[in-house]
Parts: sequence; structure tokens; C-alpha cells
Amino acid sequence: MKAFFFFVLFLALPAWGGEPVAVFETKPGASVPAPTRVDSFISARLKQLGLPAANLCSDAVFLRRVYLDLLGTLPTGQEAQAFLDSPSPTKRAEWIERLLARDEFADYWGMKWCDLLRVKAEFPVNLWPNAAQAYDRWIRTALKQNIPYSQFARELLTANGSNFRVPQVNFYRSAGSREPKAIARAVALTFLGERTDHWPKAKLDGMAIFFSQIGFKATGEWKEEIVSFNGMGGGHEDPVQATFPDGTSVEISPDQDPRELFADWLLTSKNSPFARNAANRVWFWLMGRGIIQEPDDSRPDNPPSNPELLAFLARELVAAHYDLKHLYRLILNSNTYQRSCIPATPKPEGEANFASYPLRRLDAEVLIDAINQITGASDEYSSMIPEPFTWVPVDKRSIALPDGSISSPFLDLFGRPSRDTGLLSERTNRSTAAQRLHLLNSSHIQKKITGSAKLRALIPPGRPPVEGLAPLYLTVLSRYPTEQEVQEANSYASSSEAKGEQAFFDLAWSLINSAEFLYRH
Amino acid sequence: MKHDPISHMLEHMVSRRQLLRSGSLAAAGLMLGKHLGMASQLATPAPPTAKAKAVIQIWLWGGPSHLDTFDPKPDAGNDYCGPLNKPLATNVDGIVISELMPELAKQADKYSLIRSMTHGSNGHETAAYMVQTGHAEGDRLVYPSMGAVVSLLKGYDGGYKGLVPPYIVLTEPQGRFSEAGFLGPSYKPFATGGDPSKTPFAVQGIVAEGISGKRQEQRRKLLHNMDALSLAMKQNQAMLEFHHAEEGAYDMIMGDGAKIFDVTSEGDKVRQWYGTNTFGQSCLVARRLIERGVRFVTINFKGWDSHKQNFQTMRTKLPQLDAGLAALIQDLSSRGLLDSTIVWCGGEFGRTPKVQWEEPWGGGRGHWGRVFSTFIAGGGFRGGQIVGASDARGEEVKDRPVYPWDLLGSMYEQLGIDPDAKFPRMSDGNVRITQAISGEIKSGGRLREIM
Repeated sequence: MKAFFFFVLFLALPAWGGEPVAVFETKPGASVPAPTRVDSFISARLKQLGLPAANLCSDAVFLRRVYLDLLGTLPTGQEAQAFLDSPSPTKRAEWIERLLARDEFADYWGMKWCDLLRVKAEFPVNLWPNAAQAYDRWIRTALKQNIPYSQFARELLTANGSNFRVPQVNFYRSAGSREPKAIARAVALTFLGERTDHWPKAKLDGMAIFFSQIGFKATGEWKEEIVSFNGMGGGHEDPVQATFPDGTSVEISPDQDPRELFADWLLTSKNSPFARNAANRVWFWLMGRGIIQEPDDSRPDNPPSNPELLAFLARELVAAHYDLKHLYRLILNSNTYQRSCIPATPKPEGEANFASYPLRRLDAEVLIDAINQITGASDEYSSMIPEPFTWVPVDKRSIALPDGSISSPFLDLFGRPSRDTGLLSERTNRSTAAQRLHLLNSSHIQKKITGSAKLRALIPPGRPPVEGLAPLYLTVLSRYPTEQEVQEANSYASSSEAKGEQAFFDLAWSLINSAEFLYRH
Repeated sequence: MKHDPISHMLEHMVSRRQLLRSGSLAAAGLMLGKHLGMASQLATPAPPTAKAKAVIQIWLWGGPSHLDTFDPKPDAGNDYCGPLNKPLATNVDGIVISELMPELAKQADKYSLIRSMTHGSNGHETAAYMVQTGHAEGDRLVYPSMGAVVSLLKGYDGGYKGLVPPYIVLTEPQGRFSEAGFLGPSYKPFATGGDPSKTPFAVQGIVAEGISGKRQEQRRKLLHNMDALSLAMKQNQAMLEFHHAEEGAYDMIMGDGAKIFDVTSEGDKVRQWYGTNTFGQSCLVARRLIERGVRFVTINFKGWDSHKQNFQTMRTKLPQLDAGLAALIQDLSSRGLLDSTIVWCGGEFGRTPKVQWEEPWGGGRGHWGRVFSTFIAGGGFRGGQIVGASDARGEEVKDRPVYPWDLLGSMYEQLGIDPDAKFPRMSDGNVRITQAISGEIKSGGRLREIM
């Protein structure tokens, strides 16, 4: 760590210490980004409801938020310092671009897509390790290369070949069952955000026809399977009738792969439920709540809270040729995204209409990666089935784990989804007492802190450990400490039973256990 | 959606204190309902009457030699019994056990020995799976261990109101097949970690080594003073939930949770009686847990895979097993708890009756799944009985085979759980608590002779 890192810091302490709210909000008079199209839809809705929007968040909060939301990764102390010290009036927009280009983007969003697509080797999905990893890699590569989302979906829906060599075919192997209706159910959930249990029977039956001729053939290779169009034959010479979810019917001739017809419909149908679903999911992931909530429970009696906004985002996605990063830019650069988490109104309608940024506990994977980044420690991940494919290198970050069957007790405890159903609600970010017990008092976490050479290196050489407080704050909370926090820390260092380095580790422990660290805010 | 035993427990505590309950417990219930149906929906016409309330499973991981423990064969000669050829008579006429278990020899009226356990598998994992789950291998499903099933049916959804989780393992998990199977993480055992023969017994999360009570208090105060977001958003729902969770956690750290595991309060005399080693003190902790209503305690006693130097291993391990298990049985009995507590001791299989004297084994014994012994006491099982028999050299079942599903089925019955009932799962309503008997799956019947 560079020397300037330490000595500048105490001089640079903000003078607004003592008022906790000030940590989280933009100082009065500071230059803020202008409202965008997204904001116009939100403002109109809030005005209609008579609800005030929260203030904009501070730079420190913005930086931490955008790192966690876009990369699932904590900014390092140096990154936080560089951003906070940058005088550029457009630095927020600049850093959004910078982060969109980082590799962790594909790691983190790959994890989210792999949750939806049920990338899991073992029961009940049973992709098996080799295929699960091929599938995982294909998904993450697609995100890294930023292939259009329409192409992504078409490949998943129409690919033929070996589950090892053409990983997209694993989409059909992960539906839980190979029954045409089960596959139709998975397609509707994934690409339309609709649960077919709310559908009339005829609607599901009509859609299932498109997936009725998929063959699954074993090969001589262990667990290899060829997935392909089987022909509409079965002795039939006549065209078969199938019905799209919007009610229009189509005749399928025996030599036609009906999956192609379905993909054509999906990507071009009117009102683009496909684009709306994608836009709503991205909005949900960034804003903590869907415009249609839940984002995978779209139906006529669960309308969007802001239909104009959803229509706008879907149009923008189509116009940008399904470039998902375009949606991220639109959302992240808006004032709506950059609002403080401290609401200006106590009414719950405020948060439901995006008047403030919602608090959410960090995802299990993001949390353990953050703790390991701060302390320089690592965790062990393993699968119930110890195959060579499930061996995980020690420095692997958990957001990049390639298979839902590979886990750790920590990830299970903190609500990592089991990837059984593809429902977003599988992930639980609630705080439980067992989680608090683990973070506050387990040897797992305590050893990471007290054994950390990285934390120890934050203490200026030859100085009392408490003087490492400012770099500690930058490393853990991505901000400088307030004056009051410095006083508090000094008083702890001088009066507590823990002395010297031990007191410093207790300070690190307290920051890691703070809501500010544990919650996206 | 995932959950875990400690949260299960703590939410329960928290709810008793009339704090937040609704959210995660309901959510967990919802998810469980979707996968399995709740315990109350279990398709049981009339569950058997419960005699036992709890189980202590002493798991001798690796597979203990049946000839050197509960089924001695002194007449089989040196190639079979080696130097352990003078078994002890017990306080029950006709029952003899290993000469290395004098304390247990005084208690034989309190337990019974099954000398005809069999499943035929010599692989640790397959054998352990069968003995721990009561299911044969080969099904597509991974079944839960007995402890997880008891936790499902007799835990929080079955009236358990204890302070600590209903299914606890001392100290390390049994591994691959020992846990929740398809029931999911809520039904995993809480593994204590640490070592009860050390002071403090550092129970994971509950007792932190090297941090005094005073420092815990100071840290807690520091945390509150430093937590800017909590201070700025006191009334926020997520922050309220966060703080309730924290209160629950500190109740365990600073309150009664830690006391349950504190064996120093038993005094030196009691601790020495149980044996001042990890196993002995685990038995003592197990008794304390049972006294507080815990439903299923597993003591995972490792080191029985005696391929090499079997007899040296026996001379080290059997005195520990003897002291701890005898003290446990006697202590439970004198406290009136043995009648309602099943104590079950055994491993995944036995060991080759014929000693492998040659190098590299140097007097070792290999794996033996054709016949082995299991110790069972309390919870409605009669003591002082021998069930079944092995042949003259302990190589085959001679009389009355007992398969893992027969043993587990009998224990389930004593607990008031119908072993033939089904787990109502969403996609398949035909998943049984214990293995169905048909075709190649044989049964010797449940242990009626001692029930």
C-alpha cells in the first residue's frame, strides 16, 4: 500500500462527522447528474402519488453501490480513494463505463443467469458436472462478449448437439423433466417471466407442441447426451397445429423444427413480452424490485407499477438490438438509481415506486468474496459428488463458481439459491440470527480477520494501530471515517480489553459486522 | 430458498420473545411445503405410540471389529481373536463382551446387542449410507439420515421448543451421506466443532476462543456506536430485522446457549467418570443436550478403520468407548432418561474376522459387511438381550438377520414415527421413510423381540 494513502487521510476527513445521514447523501450544493428519461417516468408517477423522492446519494455510496450491483465485487481501498478524490464532475458516468468493461461483470451477471437457467450438476436438475460446467462457461462467455440477448435466447432454444460440445442444449436438459409441458413451463418462466400454473390448460398444451419433438440420445461417452430435433414424424405425414402463448396458431410441417418457429415468434411478437421481461429482470436486479413484481410472475392481474417506464425500457432494448448493457447504462446513470437509501417519506408506496434505493443484504456469494477480498483469505468450495470437474481452485471467487452443486456452508447459510426451479425467490437475502451468529462470533470469520496480513498492512509502520483507521474504512466501507468515528475508534483503542493490533482487529470486526457493510445501500 | 438448523432454532427463540417471526419461518415453510409437504401432512393413518423422545447415535466411523467388541469368538483361535481371547462375563448370564470393556460388562442389563446386522457392502460410503438412512443404495434420490428425519418430524415442526437445534453432531459432521439428503439444509445437524475435552469447548459461533465475556460486551458496544447506517435508518424494516437477528445471536453468545455446552459446570468427578478425552466429554455433552430436550445427538467417534495394527487400535479406543458409553448409560438411567432415550452405537460394518497377520497389515482387519454388531439401549428397547447370532467365526449371519432398515424402522417405531409412511414430495408421492422390502431387498423384520 502506498505511503500517501495513510498520511493524507487524516487531513482529508470530512467535517460533517457526527450526523450519520450525511455519510449517505450528497452534500447540499454539490454538482449532481441531470435527470434522465428514466427519471421522467419515475417523477411523473411519484408526483401522481404525492410522494417525495429521496436525496441523491453521496459519491462514496454511489461507488460502493455500483461496484456491488454491477460487479458483485467490493471496490478496493485504492479504487475508492481514487474515485472520491477525483475532481471530475462526470466521474459517476465515467466509472459506470469503466465497470461495464470489467471481467467481473460477466462473473457476477453470469451467476445471476446461471441461477435462472438452473446450472446445477446434481439432484434435481441433474445436468451432471461436465455438462454443467460447459453450460456455465457458455453463459459467461456470452455475457463477456455481450452477444445480443435475442441471439442468446435463440441459441438456447434451437441448438442441437452434444451437451458437452454444444453447451446451449443443456437448456432443455435442465427443465427438471423432459416432458414437453415441463419444457414449455421452463421456457415461459425464463423468457416471458410467466408461471404457467396461472395459465389455462389449453394454453400450455398449445405451447408444449413446440417442444414435443426433442430427442435425448446417450452416447458412448459417460453422461454425454445428444439433444436434437427428432422430426415431427412419428408416422404422421400431416402438419401439426401448435399455438403460441399469444393465442395465434401455426401449422408445423413434419420436416420443420418447431423450436425455430417458436424462437421466431418470441423475438418478433407484438408488445415484445420477451424484451419486457428482460428489461424488468435487469431493473429488478439493479433496483431490488421489479416494475412487475415478482419479475417472474407476470400476468394480467399483476400489472407493472409504472407501465410507461417498462414500455420505454423494452423499446430501448429492442432499438439497441438487445444490447443488455444499454439497459444498464440507462438505469445506472439515472437519478432514480443514484438516490439515497434514506427515504424522504415513511410511506411504503415510496419504495414500491422507486422514490429511494432499497436496502438489501449482500448476496451470499458477494458477501463472502468481499470478506475474503478485505482480509486476503479464501474459502473452500466443494460438491457433494467429488468428481474432478468439481474441484475448485483455492482462489476462486464464489460469484464465479461454475455449478450450483458446488457450495460451502457459508453460502448455504446466507441464502444462495439452490437452482432447483429458476425462480428468483430461491435466493433469500433476509438476515437471520444464525447468520449474525456466524459473522459476529464464528472462528471462520474471526480467523480471517485476526490472521490477515492484508489488514495488518493498513497500519502505518511504527505507528499506533488505530492510525490505520482511514485505510481500514476505505477498504471495508469504501469511504473515509467521520470525525466522530475517529474519536470512537480512539476511545475503543485506549479503553478496551483488546490492545494494539487486537483493538485494530476489533475495529475491522465491527465494520464488517455493520449494516453499512452487510447491506447494499 | 435455503435455511439452516441454527436459524430454525433462533427464529423459534425469537418468536417466543414475540419478535419478528412471520417472514423467514413462513417462507421456509412455504418452500418446504412445496418440496415435501409439511410434517403434519405425512400420510400416516395411525402413527405408533411413542416410547422414545430422543436418540443418541454413537457412530464408530470406519467400522469397528465385531469380534473385538460385542461378539467375541474366543473359541475361533488366534487367527480370529488374536490376543483378545479372554472376553468378560457381564452382569447378565450368558452375555460376554470384549475384555477391554469392563465398565460396560457391569451394565449389560441396560442394553441389548444385535449380533446379526448385515447388508453385504464393504464400501464405507455405501455401507454408511445404508446404516444412516435405512435405505439401500441405487435409488435416484439421496435420502436423509435418521437424524434429519427425526429433526423433520420431531423438531420445530413437531413441537420441539428447545434453545439449541434439535439435531446436533459432536463435533464434526459424518460426511457425505450423513446429513439432510433431499430434505435440504434446514435439516442438517448443527455441528459443534471444537473439542469438549478442552476448556473452553469452542462451539462454532457460540463460544469464541480467546474472547472474554467482557471483550464481547465491549465489541458489541463498539459495533453499535460505529454502525452509521443503522443509526441513520433506525425505523427501516430491514434494519429492524437485522437487529432482531442480532439480539437472537447475542442471546446464544452471552446467554443460556453457551451454558448448555459448558461441561466445566459438571465438576471434575463427573468429567473423569465419563473419561477426560474427546469421546467421553462428548458423551457428557450429549447427556446435557438430551436433558434439555434435544431430539437427536450424534457423536461422531472416528478411527475404527483398523486395517493395520487392529489390536493396538482396540487397546487405545475401547477403553475410551467403554468408559464414556457405560457412564452415559448409567447416568441416563439414574436420571430417569434412559427409558425415553435410544442409545445406539455401531459403525457402517464390521471387520474381517480372520486377522491379516501378514505385512503390511501387521495384525489388521479389513471391511466386513456380511455380519456385524450393533449396541442398542433405552427408549423402549429391552436390555440384557442378544438379538440374532453370527456363525462360529463371526463370518456370516447364523440366525435372524437384521438389515439397516429393520434397525432404523424399529427405532422410528419407538419414536412414534411410522417407518412405512411416505414423505409427501411434490413430484413423487411415493418416497418412503425407510426402504420398501421387495425383490432383492430383504428384511429380517423389526426388533419385536426387544421392543
